[in-house]
Amino acid sequence: MIPFLQLENVTKSFGAVAALKGVSFELHAGEVHALLGENGAGKSTLIKIIAGAHTHDRGTFRLNGETVAGLTPAAAQRRGIACIYQQPALFPDLSVAENLAVRLEPVGAWRRVDWAARRTRARALLERVGAEIEPEADVRSLSMPEQQLVEIAAAIGAGARLVIMDEPTAALTAREQERLFTITRELRQSGVGVIYISHRLEEIFALADRVTVLRDGASVVTRHVRRGAADGAVGRSEEPPLTEAQLIHWMVGRDVASAERVASARRAGEPGLELRDVACPSVGVRPVSLRVFPGEIVGLAGLVGAGRTELARVIFGLTPAEAGEIRLAGVPVTIGSPGEAVRLGVAYVPEDRRRHGLILEMPVAANVTLAAHRRLFPWTWFRADVERTVAEDFIKRLAIKTDGAQAPGGSLSGGNQQKVALARWLATEPRVLILDEPTQGVDVGAKAEIHRLIRDLAGSGLAVLLISSDLPELLALSDRLLVLRGGEIVAELPGGSAAPAVLAAALGQGGARPPGGTAREAMC
Amino acid sequence: MLNRYFRELSVIAVLAAVLAIMAVTAPQFFDGQPLLSRMASAAPRLLVTGGVALVILTRQIDISVGSVFAVCAVSAGALLGAGWPMLVVAPVTLLLGALAGALNGVLIAGLGLPSIVVTLATMVTLREALRMVQQGVFVNLPEGAQWFGQGMQTGQLLVCGIVLLLWAGLTWGLRHVAAGRWLYAVGSDAEAARLAGLRPRIVTFWVFVLLGGLTGSAAMLSLVQAPQVDPSTGRMLELEAIAASVVGGVAITGGRGSLIGVMAGFLLLLCVTPALTYLGVAAYWDKALQGAAILLAVMADGWRSRTGRNGHRG
Repeated sequence: MIPFLQLENVTKSFGAVAALKGVSFELHAGEVHALLGENGAGKSTLIKIIAGAHTHDRGTFRLNGETVAGLTPAAAQRRGIACIYQQPALFPDLSVAENLAVRLEPVGAWRRVDWAARRTRARALLERVGAEIEPEADVRSLSMPEQQLVEIAAAIGAGARLVIMDEPTAALTAREQERLFTITRELRQSGVGVIYISHRLEEIFALADRVTVLRDGASVVTRHVRRGAADGAVGRSEEPPLTEAQLIHWMVGRDVASAERVASARRAGEPGLELRDVACPSVGVRPVSLRVFPGEIVGLAGLVGAGRTELARVIFGLTPAEAGEIRLAGVPVTIGSPGEAVRLGVAYVPEDRRRHGLILEMPVAANVTLAAHRRLFPWTWFRADVERTVAEDFIKRLAIKTDGAQAPGGSLSGGNQQKVALARWLATEPRVLILDEPTQGVDVGAKAEIHRLIRDLAGSGLAVLLISSDLPELLALSDRLLVLRGGEIVAELPGGSAAPAVLAAALGQGGARPPGGTAREAMC
Repeated sequence: MLNRYFRELSVIAVLAAVLAIMAVTAPQFFDGQPLLSRMASAAPRLLVTGGVALVILTRQIDISVGSVFAVCAVSAGALLGAGWPMLVVAPVTLLLGALAGALNGVLIAGLGLPSIVVTLATMVTLREALRMVQQGVFVNLPEGAQWFGQGMQTGQLLVCGIVLLLWAGLTWGLRHVAAGRWLYAVGSDAEAARLAGLRPRIVTFWVFVLLGGLTGSAAMLSLVQAPQVDPSTGRMLELEAIAASVVGGVAITGGRGSLIGVMAGFLLLLCVTPALTYLGVAAYWDKALQGAAILLAVMADGWRSRTGRNGHRG
């Protein structure tokens, strides 16, 4: 039987970053095929290629046995591919009926719009997915789960042969989740192939026929999932039963244990940073208590959406805490804005340096001193010579490879851009340093250098809070690990813990579920 | 329903209130012939306003309309002066406007340049080019061109009629033709539109062409109202058009608004000056009041989007 979708050794690079390094994947009609992988393993890139939002660089892409090249979103839809992105791709200003119509109606520009038919169709489709949504409601007024149902309704309405669901249950309550499962099973029953992405392993056992694990942009393994009654799938008998531990092992990879780790914990005196029941419910941060001592690196583990970045933003005053107490070196403080945080000696190097970290058009020197103007020029005008001296000092200290202090930030490689972002915050002479994904999109060599830097910084007495989705990195650097899930700390593990233990806590395995039951994960 | 058209309804309510006050305190405001004259002279600018509203709906902006308007009017005047018949000059002027719009459209949609900068450049370039060529000299229209060769009243009715007809067509098309809905989709979220299989760049291009065509038509309908064409005509037209759109409820961030609201906003701003005159308030306050109206409208939008939509997407 020819699979509906067949990918062989598909690769995709964005600039210098290889997102996919060779993925093979196939999907049969009437199959639920789960896609598993850590954050950054390439799942999102893969589904965007399948949905036509990206085009792949190399490898073969077949639909119904026919090679496809240069797929566009429109062409993918015509061929029966529907993708439900994590962030629904709907029009917030338009009604539900119209959102469905844009997807489902032919594209002729001078077509008459039949509003009554649109409403009727929307009502029927929404009923089909069991959604109690008014077709006339504006999409912006819908909750995230409701928007998801609209997306599913659009997929069903389009008669999709392949439906991609990207972490569909991340924002769902238990009841909504059950409804989604029912819809998914109905889709399978009617011969639709479903690609199902989720971090929740129990869902994969409950729902999937097969599972493919991605790691570092490559497909590691594809296996059948034993679900209740046997259904005579091919090649099943010689495979041992699939376990969660096995899946986690594939996701994390073997090299975890070998990652070097240097313990440097010196827990003396007052903690550099202490949170006492700090909470910010409006961004999904539940009461969190933690302590980071000077010279200590505390790792924050958790899945995307677990609230790690949100917590960092609370500490830095971007979304000020609504409850609880923050203490710096034992002194209670209120941090109402990033400016106050900087003055109090807290530095935050955000993730996604392209958007938040670095001003690409500005010279390296200006980027370095940007956050430290208040310290460098307290009673004087801006002085270019001071800026240059400071910048050159950091370029030397952090071994930043740049074409001089006046080169634009955007001309540097990813790793060196990250070092500039780091330098900017070190220039404020902080006592507490929060790092969010410090090595995202950085090549291996620069990564090792940044790791060394982080250790040196902790060694010089900084309290470091490290957020990373790169588990080996987190394990290698952290003296202690705090695992966040659903906006609260669910586990504290010693540095050097085994990766599966961390992942299990992050996924909510092993009885570590928080009292909230199905954690409604923080969305942003 | 009430919620969706809240902005439109509130502008219409304010407009009705102003008109009611006028009816009581200065009934001569509604005298037939002066009213018709005012309407006819404003009507062409309503067309431009409609086009600008569509551009804003698509999440773009065009500040070159005043210059395009002037170029079209002067060219049309020159062609008429050269003896071309009205029936030829009218479509040529429309095409000239569309061509200017296409130029903006290519730069914005094709090259992906920001519309504010592109149209700022075309605004200055066209205006200065016109100044060089024309040296401030008025273009005299030939005998019989004014009011399309009709009497003044007939001519004024004709102008108002044509504008209303075009306006009705735009309003209907924006709601009942697929292409009209695409403007909303692209303005609401261009990436979602791309993922839904629409082509946001093509849509953007044609919106600018449409605005250009409307500006050309407006120039034509405006120049027949006087015996001469002032080459500095159309100054501040872009401000009037943007102001009326915003006051009428078109979200400056695209995706929201309707031409009904824009019409109401246009009429409201139009009423301010004569209302002040009739009420005996110094006309100096005219622009200040218009500015206040714009500020109020934008504040209302800001307030609504904060309460109506939680957080940001993406």
